[in-house]
Amino acid sequence: MRRQVPLFITFFVGTLLIVSVFIPPMENLGEDFTLFFDIIAVFAFFLGGGNLLRVHLTKLYRKSPDWGFSVVTVVGFFLMLAAGLFKIGNPGDISASVTAEGSMFQTMFNNVVLPLQSTMYALLAFFIASASYRAFRAKNREATILLVAAFIILLGRTPFGMMLTAWIPDSWSVLQVPNLAIWIMNSPNLAGQRAILIGIGLGVVSMSLRIILGIERTYLGDDR
Amino acid sequence: MTYMLRIMLLLVLLAGVSGLAQDQPVADTAAADTATVDPPAPVTNLTGQDRDNDHGHAIELSWTPSVDDLENPAGDRSVMRYRVMMWRPAFAFRVDTLRQMYEMVRNSYKPIRVYKPLVDSALSMVEQGVTSVAQLPFKVQLPADVDMTDVPQDLLRQTLEDTLETMVGQVEVSKDSVKTFRSTFLDSVDALTAAYATYPNNGRWDSIGAEPPGSGNFRHAGSKDEFSPDFLPDHTDLYYRVDAVTIDPDVYAESEIVGPIQSSGQWYNTGRTVVLVSVIIFTIFTILFVQQARGGKELYVRPLAGIEAVDDAIGRATEMGKPILYVLGLGAASDIATIASFTILSRVAKRVAEYQTDLIVPTYDPIVMTVAQEVVKSSYMDAGRPDDYHEDMVYFVTQSQFAYVAAVNGVMLRQLPATNVYMGKFYAESLILAETGALAGSIQIAGTDEIAQIPFFVVACDFTLIGEELYAASAYLGGEPILLGSLKAQDYAKALFVISAIVGFVFLVLHDITGVEWFTNFKEWYRVSD
Repeated sequence: MRRQVPLFITFFVGTLLIVSVFIPPMENLGEDFTLFFDIIAVFAFFLGGGNLLRVHLTKLYRKSPDWGFSVVTVVGFFLMLAAGLFKIGNPGDISASVTAEGSMFQTMFNNVVLPLQSTMYALLAFFIASASYRAFRAKNREATILLVAAFIILLGRTPFGMMLTAWIPDSWSVLQVPNLAIWIMNSPNLAGQRAILIGIGLGVVSMSLRIILGIERTYLGDDR
Repeated sequence: MTYMLRIMLLLVLLAGVSGLAQDQPVADTAAADTATVDPPAPVTNLTGQDRDNDHGHAIELSWTPSVDDLENPAGDRSVMRYRVMMWRPAFAFRVDTLRQMYEMVRNSYKPIRVYKPLVDSALSMVEQGVTSVAQLPFKVQLPADVDMTDVPQDLLRQTLEDTLETMVGQVEVSKDSVKTFRSTFLDSVDALTAAYATYPNNGRWDSIGAEPPGSGNFRHAGSKDEFSPDFLPDHTDLYYRVDAVTIDPDVYAESEIVGPIQSSGQWYNTGRTVVLVSVIIFTIFTILFVQQARGGKELYVRPLAGIEAVDDAIGRATEMGKPILYVLGLGAASDIATIASFTILSRVAKRVAEYQTDLIVPTYDPIVMTVAQEVVKSSYMDAGRPDDYHEDMVYFVTQSQFAYVAAVNGVMLRQLPATNVYMGKFYAESLILAETGALAGSIQIAGTDEIAQIPFFVVACDFTLIGEELYAASAYLGGEPILLGSLKAQDYAKALFVISAIVGFVFLVLHDITGVEWFTNFKEWYRVSD
């Protein structure tokens, strides 16, 4: 029974939503159903906060390795919670918006959270460089093709690339580096992407059918 | 220096000239131009019909542009836009007014429910001796000469009580008004069809939209919600005309009137038949191959290197005595990629339990965390090791993208997992995670359906499941015939797509060579409407 009821709900709702695609008066049914998800998501906030506290307070209690990070997490959690909940330092007091300029919540968000997020994002630039270094080593035929294609695109997107092959006559303009870069992006690259997209589309349909028909049920914690 | 002075002098001169130019009386010239505009030729062949394959409440209009259209060099080019007009009975305007009144009453009722508790709270604070307006949760209006930081208690109390009394009075009025207005309004909406039938008496033409020069169609897409200002009644006689308007809004040419036209909803969207047929074929394939698999037929499915590496990676972690990190990505629990990731997590957790290795699953979404906990717990039970499962294996981190990345990277660098598995939806964080994992020396297996992130995983991970392979992975891992049957159906559907693409390509080439229009029909069969 514990398995049969969720499987029936999945089958019923899944079939209903597939049918609704072909029946105009039912077209908005999918949007209506997402409301249920939103309602569950509200409760999930408590679930997430509760789990976070439980994990880190346990670490503190047991003095587990690296428990110092847990102190920062718990203090940060309660500080932001209190600042937002009680609207500490809000210019308009409790009736004003929690993100009002000058409030403690907004000040901490602007001066602590945002710079930290930007720092993490900025790391991407260095990681792209290190990943490129490893990827573009011409170890085999595929890697060599990747290297050549990447080199043409990099060059084609710079003024130097244009300068380098500007002497090629217009009748052979396809061989100019910027045009080669455009061709690589629009033809082999786009063709590959579309092939992957068709595969993804079929994979999504297949996965959905497996779930709706109850063939795939591991998401329910049932492996049989 | 001299050069700079020259530039400045030039700029001053130019500014002077432009200033002089602006002083010219341009308005008179413009007025003289518009006054001489002749009425343009009207639009012709105006037709209207109900929009197909919708839930009703929409009309499609089409016409031949005026000869004097701005886009037509052969004419006067005086038509600047097309104004679409609809005949509306006077009763429809009264319904609009009723709708606005209903909205006003309903909206005025809402804030009172919010503010009344604040006034109550302010009154109790005044009783406790608070005299500063800034300290009260509700700001009251007081005479200008009163010191807001020290208001006499009686004045403050009286003002708040007056406010409360007014609010309560409004609430009483509004409660009844909302009900009355609602029923009156809905009755009047029902009477709209009869009102439109009185055409051409007791009504006037109303502008419902405009189209730029050169255009020849307009969709009057109304709402089915009676409370929306765009509400358009179904099964009602509607009349339209299109005005060709010149630069002077008062100089225009009316088209012939088209009508009566009625909008109505359809029960089946014929424009999506090709989708329905595809779904049916795919479902038949799936059921057919699943039945074959159930019957004991052996199905061959090509191996996936990334999936075959999972077992080796778990074995490596066991030998090294290090944990396995499983990242479900940033998707919600309702995303198909995340659901596919759950199924892979289930298989991985089962093997991990059998090998008695540690598993770490930091999650981005609380709902994903709950499902993942259940999945891992079940896998440990299936493996016959329920005691080895502990809830801290799957935990919530944060719903901030880069804070989550920082936390997961921290786990990678501190606990040095032997294997990192990334399966699900990933965005900008994919490369940061995968590169950190590579630096930490972990074996990495990734899978995502986000096309933009696949290259990052390919370069930074040891094995990558590309697109659909993510969805196929769970079936491969399980190796169950029924699941493999659905994969086989997927492969056959893919073959059908390839054949269709080749046939379509050949037909289009034949169309270009022979010029026979029939060859374009193939493309039309695959067209899907909105």
